Order: sequence, then C-alpha cells, then structure tokens
Amino acid sequence: MITVQNLTKDYGPNRAIDKLNFTAEKGEVLGFLGPNGAGKTTTIRILTGYMPPTSGTAEVGGHDVIEESLEVRKLVGYLPETVPLYDDMRIYDYLKYMADLRQIKDPDEKIEDVLELIGLELRSQSLIKNISKGMRQRVGLGQALLHEPDVLILDEPTIGLDPKQIIEVRNIIKNIGKERTVLLSTHILSEAQQICDRVLIINKGKIVAEDAPKNLQSRLSSIQKVKVQVADGADKAATFIRDIAGIMNVKINNNGMIEFENRIEQDSRAVVAKTLVDKGFDLLELTPEIVSLEDIFLKLTREEPVISSTEVEVEHEE
Amino acid sequence: MRNIWTIAKKEYTGFFYSPIAYVVGAVAFLIMGIYLAYYLNIAILYQRVPDIRYILDVLVFPLFFLATPILTMKTLTEENKTGTLELLLTSPIRDHELILGKWFGTFLFYLTLIALTWFYPLVMNIVIEPGIDQSLVLANYIGITLMASAMTALGVCISSLFKNTVASMITSLGVLLLLWLASAPAQFLSGAAADFFTNLCITEHYYYGFREGVVSLSGISYYISLTVLSLFLGTRSIESRRWR
Repeated sequence: MITVQNLTKDYGPNRAIDKLNFTAEKGEVLGFLGPNGAGKTTTIRILTGYMPPTSGTAEVGGHDVIEESLEVRKLVGYLPETVPLYDDMRIYDYLKYMADLRQIKDPDEKIEDVLELIGLELRSQSLIKNISKGMRQRVGLGQALLHEPDVLILDEPTIGLDPKQIIEVRNIIKNIGKERTVLLSTHILSEAQQICDRVLIINKGKIVAEDAPKNLQSRLSSIQKVKVQVADGADKAATFIRDIAGIMNVKINNNGMIEFENRIEQDSRAVVAKTLVDKGFDLLELTPEIVSLEDIFLKLTREEPVISSTEVEVEHEE
Repeated sequence: MRNIWTIAKKEYTGFFYSPIAYVVGAVAFLIMGIYLAYYLNIAILYQRVPDIRYILDVLVFPLFFLATPILTMKTLTEENKTGTLELLLTSPIRDHELILGKWFGTFLFYLTLIALTWFYPLVMNIVIEPGIDQSLVLANYIGITLMASAMTALGVCISSLFKNTVASMITSLGVLLLLWLASAPAQFLSGAAADFFTNLCITEHYYYGFREGVVSLSGISYYISLTVLSLFLGTRSIESRRWR
C-alpha cells in the first residue's frame, strides 16, 4: 500500500531525510521510530501530500503522492502530531465537518460509530476547548478513522493519554492494522514493540534498521546475557560455569543469581544446565535476558557512529 | 462545489462563535444608528431631505477597512497557526475549493451585515414623504456588496501568506490603505497615467459611481477583477506549499 523509493527532502542546506526506501503492506502496522528531528514527521507529511519531496518517489495505494495527491488523500486517514482541532466547535460538529469534507455517505451513522470507538459518545456535545488533552487526542484519531481509510498514518497517537486510554487506542490501532495499513510514528519503544508488525528505525534522515521488533532484537544482540539460579552453592556453581568454553563475565548479583554472557551464536545454556545437574546442583532457573528494543534504539540512534542496517548484518554474520 | 459550501458554512457559522464578529456588528450598527438619528434631527431642524448615503458611508469606511483585516486574518492565518491547515491540506479538497470556501463564508457574513443595514433606508423611507430614491439606494448597495467581495477576497489572499495573525492583519490593512490612497499620485499626473492610478483606487469606483447612483460596467469589472485576482493569488499561495 505504501512504497517509498529514494525519498529525499532538503530544507535549504539541511537534509531532513536522505534516500529513504521502504514499503508497508496491507494488513501491516509499520512503526516509525526515531529521536526528535530524525525525519519522521517530514516523511509522514510527504506521504500525506502536505509537502513535496526534493527527490525520490512515494506511492500510496498505487497513486503517486504528488501527481495524484487528491487520490492519495482520499485513501489516507491522518492524525498529525499537533492534533489540530477547532476549539470553538463541539466534538460532534467537528466530526461532521470533517465527514462532510470527505463527502461521507450517512455521516451521522459514521460519526456515532467513531464516537463509540473512541469512547466519547457521551461527550459529543462538549466544546473542544473544554476537553482534556487525552480526549483531544481521541477526537483527532476519530476524524482520521471517519472514512474507514485504507491507510492510516498516525504521528505520535498516544501522547497525552492516560494508561487506560493508551491501551484502548493501541487496541484500536491493532484491530485496524489487521485489515488495513497503519504507519505509526512514535518514540515510545514499548508501543512499537506491542503494536507494530515491523519497525523502521530512522536517525538523521536515514533508516538505520528495519525488521520485526523480535527479529531486530535477535539480530542486534551479539551477546546474550543469561541468569542462573541454583538452590545452594552459587559460588561453587559459578566456578564450574567459568570453566565452560565461550562463557564470559560470570558474576553473582545481589539476589544470589549467577549471571554470565556468551556470544549469541554460541548458546551455552544447554551445556551449563547439563554441567550443573551433573555436578549435583539443584537448578532452579536458567533464563536468557532479552535485549529490549530500547537498547537497540539507543544503540542505533546515539550521536557517535551510526550503525547502518548493512553493518548490523555484517556484525551479526561475523 | 460541495466542499466549497462545506467550508463556507463552517467559516460563516464560525463568525458567530467569535466575539470579534459581534463587536464589529455592534460598532457598525451603533455608529450607523447615531448617524441616522443625527441626520434625521438635522433634517427636521433645517427642513432638509436627509441623505441615506451618509449613513451607508459608515459601512465603507471605517467598517470595511478596519473589520476586513480583523475578520479575514482568522480564515487561513489562524488555521496555519493552530495546525488545522495541515488537516485541510491533507483532506481530499482542492486548493481553490479551500480558498473559495473561506472567501465565500466571509463574504456571506458581510452580506448578512449589509442586509441588516437595510433597516436604515427602510426607516428613512417611512419617515420621509414621499420616500427616498430607491434606485439610488440599490446602486449604493450594489457598490457596497461588490467592494465587500473584493476586500474579503484580498483579506483571504493575504491571510494565506502568514502564520502570524498580527502580521496578516497589519499587511491586510496596509494593502487596503494603499489601494485607497492609490489615486493620490493622479493629482500630480495627467492623461493615461492619472487615469490608471485613479482607477486603481478601491473606493474611487464606489464614491464616484455607485454612490452617485451610477452602476457602471467599469466599476463592476474593477471589483470582480480584484476579487478573482485575489482568489487566484490566494490559491497559488496555498498551492505553493506543495511545491516547496
């Protein structure tokens, strides 16, 4: 549904995005992760037809975002980062206005459905200036969903929501993502981990990693950390573990658990378990520690050397 | 067409949510009411037929000159400032539909104000025997309406250029004043050059045409051309966001 090829945008001498290439398929939630100023909003604005790229192409539903901008805008439901609303309007009137602009048939019925979906059916007559930030966010999401778009583009959709609302909104996005294409820009890593089928990490206008959150985690963690718990004699058990080939940094933490590291391609867990059992220890726990998406994000977007996706592949292959 | 009407309707009703519109209306009717009372008193005291044109002049200056920048700055500058312009420009509406809708909504509000001022000629028509010159009143209203159309279009066009409401308002006021003073150089010129500057003046065609009861083609052409040109430039200004 979304195809981006060599997309570049310059603001004067500054390059906001640099030759971006990616696709998003139908029935996929694609996460767009990156620090502030990475180029997420610029990319989204190009995809929604708000601004043109300097070079490269972008297509939504087979329509070029510049040449067939109107067709693209019909297909896309968009929630900008700023959640633009008319403060002097009532929620219902605002949604009616947006529905009329999209020339939706039976707008009243659609508005009722959306109000129920975003949980504001009892507040439909509230003035927008009097509602909370979380409600504003939901109204913004509501207008993006009104015309049941094939492509939903959301720029930081859960900012300002309380934990309950965040869960609700994430569930809405997940459900929509089953049948349609969702492009979700966020800097909340756990959100990307929970909702997205695939994640693009963008930094300084370039894609530095692209994969499913789980795959990214496994691809990018060359060292595996493992925690071991035995019933008695942790010190002695640690000595035996140190003797196993390929195991590094064995230590005992404050809880009496043994921690060690091994290279991901030399998984030593089976050897460790066998050794400890053979030596007569009661093995209570042997758990690999999962590298969080947060670690990956920080690794990829830190100021110093930027690890490109190809470099990551090489590092993994070594 | 439907989009133009949707935007115009929202724009028009939006004026009634805004205190500025009520202030503009109240000030206009207060001043016109005072003028009406004053001229009726003068007419009674000096046994002179009161002239409706002095009352309608209030609509042109200061009302249109001062209210247009204030009322039109919210059309697009405010949308740009609050971010709602991004929402409109990513909706399936054409750029000219946006500009036409914004202009038409504002123009409709002016038409409402103008329509309400029919009260004054009606009162005059009742108190003066055998009534006022209705064709003169009609010519005045045609001129006022055309001028309102041109001024609101100009305001919407300038509003599309700014993100700062104060800058938009001051620029609108400046451009309107420039167009008002455009005939000044004509005093020092002669021939075609003098005619050019005279015809450029935004009030010239009203004061020396419609106000005198003359509905001239040149006057109608001037205001319609200014309206169309402003709306065209406003559309290009919005379109330019998609090039930059």
